[in-house]
Amino acid sequence: MFDIKPDFCDIEMPDAGYSIEDYASSQARWCSGCGAHTILNSVQRLCKEEQLPPEKTVFVSGIGCSSRFPHYMKTYGFHGLHGRAFPVACGVKFRRPDLHVFVITGDGDCCSIGAGHWVHAIRYNMNMVVLLFDNAIYGLTKKQTSPTSPIGTKSNTHPEGSVLPPINPIQSTLGLPNVSFVAQSADWKPAHLHATIQKAYQHPGLSFVRIVQRCPVFMHDHYEPTVKDPDAITVLDHENGIHLDEKQLSKFRHVVQHDPSDLVKAREVAELVKETVPIGLFYQNQANLRYDDYGAHNLGVSNEERLGAINTLMNRYAV
Amino acid sequence: MSSSSEVLDPGTSTKKTLKQAIVEIVSDSGEGAQKCGQSLGAISARMGNGVWTVEIIPAEIQPPARSKAGASGIRVRMGQEKITNMGDHADLVVALNEQVLFGRIDQKAYKEGTYLLIENKWAGHPRPEIRKDYEEALKKFHEYGYQIFEIPMEVECLKIVSDARKGKNMWVLGLLCHIYDREINIAEDQIRYVFRKKSDQIIQDNLDLLHAGYAWALQNLDLHFTIPPQPSNREMVVMNGNEAVSLGVMAAGIEVCSMYPITPATSATHAMSETMQSAGGIIHQAEDEIAAIGFAIGSSFAGKTAVTITSGPGIALKTEFIGLAVMSEVPLVIVDVQRGGPSTGLPTKVEQGDLLAVLYGAVGDAPKIIIAPATIEECFHYIILARKLAESFRSPVFVLTDANLATGVQPFPRPDIKSDWFAPSIDQSKWNEQIRPYEWDSETGISQRPVPGQKGGMYTLTGLAHDEDSHVAYDPAINQRAAENRSRKLAALGKTLKPPKVHGDEEGDLLLVGWGSTQGAIEEAVSRAREQGASVSSVHLHFLSPMEPGLKEIFERFKKVMTVEINYSDTVGHPMINEENRRYAQLAWYLRAHTLMDIDCFSNVYGQPMSPYRILQMMEKELDMTLIE
Repeated sequence: MFDIKPDFCDIEMPDAGYSIEDYASSQARWCSGCGAHTILNSVQRLCKEEQLPPEKTVFVSGIGCSSRFPHYMKTYGFHGLHGRAFPVACGVKFRRPDLHVFVITGDGDCCSIGAGHWVHAIRYNMNMVVLLFDNAIYGLTKKQTSPTSPIGTKSNTHPEGSVLPPINPIQSTLGLPNVSFVAQSADWKPAHLHATIQKAYQHPGLSFVRIVQRCPVFMHDHYEPTVKDPDAITVLDHENGIHLDEKQLSKFRHVVQHDPSDLVKAREVAELVKETVPIGLFYQNQANLRYDDYGAHNLGVSNEERLGAINTLMNRYAV
Repeated sequence: MSSSSEVLDPGTSTKKTLKQAIVEIVSDSGEGAQKCGQSLGAISARMGNGVWTVEIIPAEIQPPARSKAGASGIRVRMGQEKITNMGDHADLVVALNEQVLFGRIDQKAYKEGTYLLIENKWAGHPRPEIRKDYEEALKKFHEYGYQIFEIPMEVECLKIVSDARKGKNMWVLGLLCHIYDREINIAEDQIRYVFRKKSDQIIQDNLDLLHAGYAWALQNLDLHFTIPPQPSNREMVVMNGNEAVSLGVMAAGIEVCSMYPITPATSATHAMSETMQSAGGIIHQAEDEIAAIGFAIGSSFAGKTAVTITSGPGIALKTEFIGLAVMSEVPLVIVDVQRGGPSTGLPTKVEQGDLLAVLYGAVGDAPKIIIAPATIEECFHYIILARKLAESFRSPVFVLTDANLATGVQPFPRPDIKSDWFAPSIDQSKWNEQIRPYEWDSETGISQRPVPGQKGGMYTLTGLAHDEDSHVAYDPAINQRAAENRSRKLAALGKTLKPPKVHGDEEGDLLLVGWGSTQGAIEEAVSRAREQGASVSSVHLHFLSPMEPGLKEIFERFKKVMTVEINYSDTVGHPMINEENRRYAQLAWYLRAHTLMDIDCFSNVYGQPMSPYRILQMMEKELDMTLIE
């Protein structure tokens, strides 16, 4: 209106109108055909839809192909250590309720080297979105078996095929105390993926989203049949679940009703993974305790109050 | 042998004035010996005496009763003037059973003439083997030359309380208060303070025990000394090093203390747990050591410098994150309360063995700031200094204390805490986009860091080699440049430091070099040797990285330079050891590399605090003269 620009006056104006370009940093360096590209697009779209101020948004990652993600966002980012995205993200969020925190992790990062932190991050239930890029293989180190590789996966560590059954990250997460949001999607179903990420962002607590992700270089044979097979996916549908419109939903052959408030049922549905890829919201509980509420409960203590408290303690030691 | 049966007429005892006295109370775990000794220390501090206490801690919570390894207790050294270390041999020991004494005897805690006040109930114990053990032990103690007083502690306590095990410590406190002429009204106040959370009945019982012990000593013991305090009108506080660290954390305005339980560091977080929240902070107990530092780094990244408190094994686990903090220049305070290593080592005992691990532990070149308090008072102030250094130099800062400082109790002038010690609030103003996130100053290597929330400052921190924009380095020159800048920060800080002060003459035959908790023992030994005419001096280092300047210049003025450390080194003289293969103690390694001088070391890993006596013994050999009377 009247062509007034925000910097025209001294009054701080909200940054109305962030566009996708305001979130996109350098060209992503993942392989062509990698599922991570789709996820990046979807996340940038979410930021735009939600108009997240880039300076108030932090992407924290570990190490691995997926963990390069923060470099491709024009927000704050923390590309740390292998397996350690969770503790860093929790530390970022603890006293900064104003920040929007995303954790970007992979199957090796989350379910293997960082598995201990995964367990506790679920229990802390701090308000953040966790995107597990699960391509069932170690990509950056060139094709080693991952904890989510299906049994028999041929890799450089197991040329005869991997010998242990994989971890089911959905089932494992559902088994943890204080779990509050567990969903799954697939990178080649962008509409469902985006609806899932939206739902995860809106959840007050830790939203754990496992994204089944193609690795065209090392796991081509594994994903190709799944991606092409219309029977390979089952949608978990519910009015409180991931919202797809009629048209989107009609593209899937297998749709089951699943109430995301039912934890016991969620654990049953999580086992579908053996025959099909179930996508949708497994479980949500908005009433769980949040450790970031505890972390922020005493923000803003004045210097006088601090001095008073410390001197009271010091009095105990006085002679 | 003196014994309780030799009742003396009250009033006949004369009070002998002492310059200082060392008292130990040893018992099985759970008999309250430490509470007794801490109270004696606090009472003495309140009277204005110099005090140092050191705990004698078994590794287990409840080791077997009446065992050599189970000795639990405390040493209290009281003096007319300031006391800086645990001293040599105890002048008096109170033992609640005879077996626990053997552990202390192995550590040479006593001398000929030490007064031994021992519970005599074992002499009449129903089990014959216990009676026999007691009898044989006393025979040995007699041979060692201890002056023995067998005391019916149990019998006397049972006159007041039904469970003597729970009351004996305060009865002993009363006994010691008479022996060392402690003011009884101050002792009463101390008991009311110690038991402030207990019922009135418990407080009264303990006051009764105190008075009973006092009266018993008056009537039955010809042991009566006084240690007159130096009058002072400075307001003092008395605490241990971990408590001083915890107060330092709060006085520095640090809002996140992220930790995982580990001996002997954890009591620092206990000490702050009740107050931290009203002082504006929170303690985060992480799921493991790695997560504890990761969480602290995340908090620091988000704006407020956090602290993580740990010990050696925790440092080992945190090493990768320490490297990340160095590489990505995250301000962070890391307190390492050192214990005996390697591995699980000696969890409750003292060593200074983490020096090289924190200095060089990370892979690649990882320069970081390392400071080491030498007194309880410094444990407090160095945390405040550490936070400021961390922020000014955008770097992790190590504060190295040890088990000796952690549990040692010493009075010091009460700090006048000021609000400008607190961390400033998080800068959320618009960032000048012309300034890159690692815009290294060409002279100092220092750069300013944008904090999440600052518009225009967005960057992705990375542990990968990166340029000024925090972009991943694909050009090898960037890595060289970045490493130079990180290293230069240490040089810049080093330029602001002064050379250490020499204790003793500026030149001479022998110079001892120490760091950390050994300062009191080294300086006392040096002073005592100098009184005997020895040409010996010492310097004590407080900055280990960067090192204080001018060391070589000082060292060159002495015929011989030697570090004194609670660390391992190969003993010269063993057939396998020669000049070429000898492994030196950690500070000696470091100083040899730093100065290119032939620096020797005196070190051991008995897990005990360094005593002036051991240092004097060493100096007798080095200087070929008699220093111990």
